[in-house]
Amino acid sequence: MDIGGINPAVLIASLMVASVPIILAAIGELVVEKAGVLNLGVEGMMIMGAITGFATAVATGNPYLGFLGGAIGGAGLSLVFGVLTQFLLANQVATGLALTLFGLGLSSLIGQGYVGIKPPLTENVPFGPLADIPFLGTVIFDHDWMVYVSIGVCAAVWAVLKYTRLGLILRAVGESHDAAHALGYKVVRIRMLAILFGGAMAGLGGAYISLIRVPQWTDGITAGAGWIALAIVVFASWKPWRVLLGAYLFGGITVLQLNLQAAGARIPVEYLSMSPYLITILVLVIMSSGKGKAALNAPAALGQNFHASR
Amino acid sequence: MTGTARELLAVDNVTKAYPGVVANSDVSFSISEGEIHALLGENGAGKSTLVKMIYGLVKPDSGTMRFRGQAYQPAEPKAARATGVAMVFQHFSLFEALNVAENVALGMESPPPMRELSGRIRSVSEEYGLPLDPDRMVGDLSAGERQRVEIIRCLLQNPKLLIMDEPTSVLTPQEVDILFKTLRQLSAEGTAILYISHKLEEIRTLCDEATILRRGKVVATCTPRDRSAREMAELMVGATLTPPARAALPKGDIALQVTGLSVASPIPFGTSLKDINFSVARGEVLGIAGVAGNGQDELLLALSGELRTAASTIQIDGQPLGAAGPNQRRAAGLVAAPEERLGHAAAPDMSLVENALLSAAIRRKLVRGGFIDWDATRSFAADIVADFDVRTPGTHVAARALSGGNLQKFVVGRELLQSPAVIVINQPTWGVDAAAAAAIRQAILDRAALGAAVVVISQDLDELLEIADNFAALNEGRLTRPRPVEGLTIDEIGLMMGGAHGMEVAHHGH
Repeated sequence: MDIGGINPAVLIASLMVASVPIILAAIGELVVEKAGVLNLGVEGMMIMGAITGFATAVATGNPYLGFLGGAIGGAGLSLVFGVLTQFLLANQVATGLALTLFGLGLSSLIGQGYVGIKPPLTENVPFGPLADIPFLGTVIFDHDWMVYVSIGVCAAVWAVLKYTRLGLILRAVGESHDAAHALGYKVVRIRMLAILFGGAMAGLGGAYISLIRVPQWTDGITAGAGWIALAIVVFASWKPWRVLLGAYLFGGITVLQLNLQAAGARIPVEYLSMSPYLITILVLVIMSSGKGKAALNAPAALGQNFHASR
Repeated sequence: MTGTARELLAVDNVTKAYPGVVANSDVSFSISEGEIHALLGENGAGKSTLVKMIYGLVKPDSGTMRFRGQAYQPAEPKAARATGVAMVFQHFSLFEALNVAENVALGMESPPPMRELSGRIRSVSEEYGLPLDPDRMVGDLSAGERQRVEIIRCLLQNPKLLIMDEPTSVLTPQEVDILFKTLRQLSAEGTAILYISHKLEEIRTLCDEATILRRGKVVATCTPRDRSAREMAELMVGATLTPPARAALPKGDIALQVTGLSVASPIPFGTSLKDINFSVARGEVLGIAGVAGNGQDELLLALSGELRTAASTIQIDGQPLGAAGPNQRRAAGLVAAPEERLGHAAAPDMSLVENALLSAAIRRKLVRGGFIDWDATRSFAADIVADFDVRTPGTHVAARALSGGNLQKFVVGRELLQSPAVIVINQPTWGVDAAAAAAIRQAILDRAALGAAVVVISQDLDELLEIADNFAALNEGRLTRPRPVEGLTIDEIGLMMGGAHGMEVAHHGH
């Protein structure tokens, strides 16, 4: 059942895989922004995760340790951001941008010796006969672990933000750090933890690119995925399930344009490859034409540094 | 409640210094169980620092506190709350994008599950005559309702001592009555209340005892019922006060005419203006009252030109300027001073000289052929500092470095010294101490006497009654018909301001 030379089951299955890095990075950034911190260094943290994950996996021969290494690499770089913005009160936008540039350079340096090496293979989850169900088998039961982990993280973040006290405190800190401080919450500590979580998630997403998506190491391997993740957080109005939806939409367009190219559609390739980015811009414009920040559901203290004076 | 009751909290020789200032020096006082105790003093007298120490936000440098005879040294608000001290903040410590129940939960140590908490919020709020819907967003609530959220948050923890920092500054007279009933009920149940305010009449009707602070020191203690408001004010200031003088002047031609002004609010959770009509003559002061969030900010934006409408809706000296921007309106003679000092009235990181230039360039002709006349600008800034007694090391310092009251004097002075035809001011004396407030009011009246038409938007009713000729109130974006101040009763004013939003009913159950 192919449509114009494209099999829908394969298309859906591959868009789910294509979306994983963006979902992970975006859900991490969502938590960071919910705490009131704007970390524009997602791209840098992703690529650090990509190289540290790759290096760990190659060194140990174990892809799962590789993912752990990627998370630690991303969190490590986010720690730099956290110390600069939360303790030294550096400007968050500038620090985030610098973090991306730093991450790109550092990963390239670390990656010198890893070009051309193949990482250990990550197995698909064995679902046995379930994978043989027509259509559903290909779409749902024929993936590696990380696809399910990314959905699980979305669900967990949603539940924590909505139902737990921890989530409530996190949202409160992002809404008004002064009020949260007045009530006795440790604003800086909570934000640091959120930043580390965001870094770990971005690193995990980066490791997925170098260990499964590509899988090998080249400079600039993340190719702007971090920026897309940032846009998707806004697109999703800071709601976890919409991050998943947004990432799938975006992944879908990316995969679709690849498939269309392969199927020989008579549209210039350049239009197809710029389409996901154009659509992201379009969606952001439509979303923000509403009633300002309130309509967007943005955390009120987003991007503001906190200093407990007196 | 009388002083015979058991001592609840004693503060003994507490001192706290910040770099450059001694906020409290050897402060001592005590509160008994169930007593309503007033803490009086001007801005910067050290009231806030003192209560922050009691609430554990700030540690004293020296001195001790006792709570029910036990040594009391709260390291953080958590410890204070655990001991039984609760605090309602002056600037609400609320989260606009969260609902009432979530806001309450954030202020509690171990809140029950949300559903149970909602039920308790309902029952406690009914019991104390402060009805609240736990599921509403705090951003949609009025100032009075927001304060109720804070009070309920405290009450759910059964405090022994409730600290209230300037609780009535944002309330209508009816809402103040409801609050006082609640406070008296609490006091009768044995909860002590530490009440901070500079509204002396309120303190006289509500409080059992008062401690008066001046420059960080206790200068007097008294029983407010036995003293006149004037005596207490003079104790606070340490000098004799003269109320602003104003001569009854014949009014001139109409300088500002507003007809059918309707405009949507650009502010999130803001209030749109709906069909506003009024006119102000030369020499007249129109006072516009209203509880915060009823369209005050929007009205200022619409009058200053930051928010534009149809040309005919706003006429300055007969010219239709509703569609003109702030600079054209300034050129026509209208100056405006918004409420928010840092970031709206003044650019925080620019010097006073630069800030003076920003709004006065046109009327004072400080720019010639695209070049700034720095000499003239500097002398203009120096004039403001001298005329309005702005306490600052010089005009080169950043606006951010000035205290709130001093910056307010500077911002108001900057507008008043531009020989305007129409003056629009929102909250002219907000956060300014008594002596400076009197000076600002006098300056406004002097400008009116020189023939300016003045619109004062304020939440301080006493201030409006003192300086305004005519009085109107904003309520949900609508303006009442202006009425002469003479002969207005406080009840009529309350009704003009929209009453207490129908919540007095709840007290009938008691």
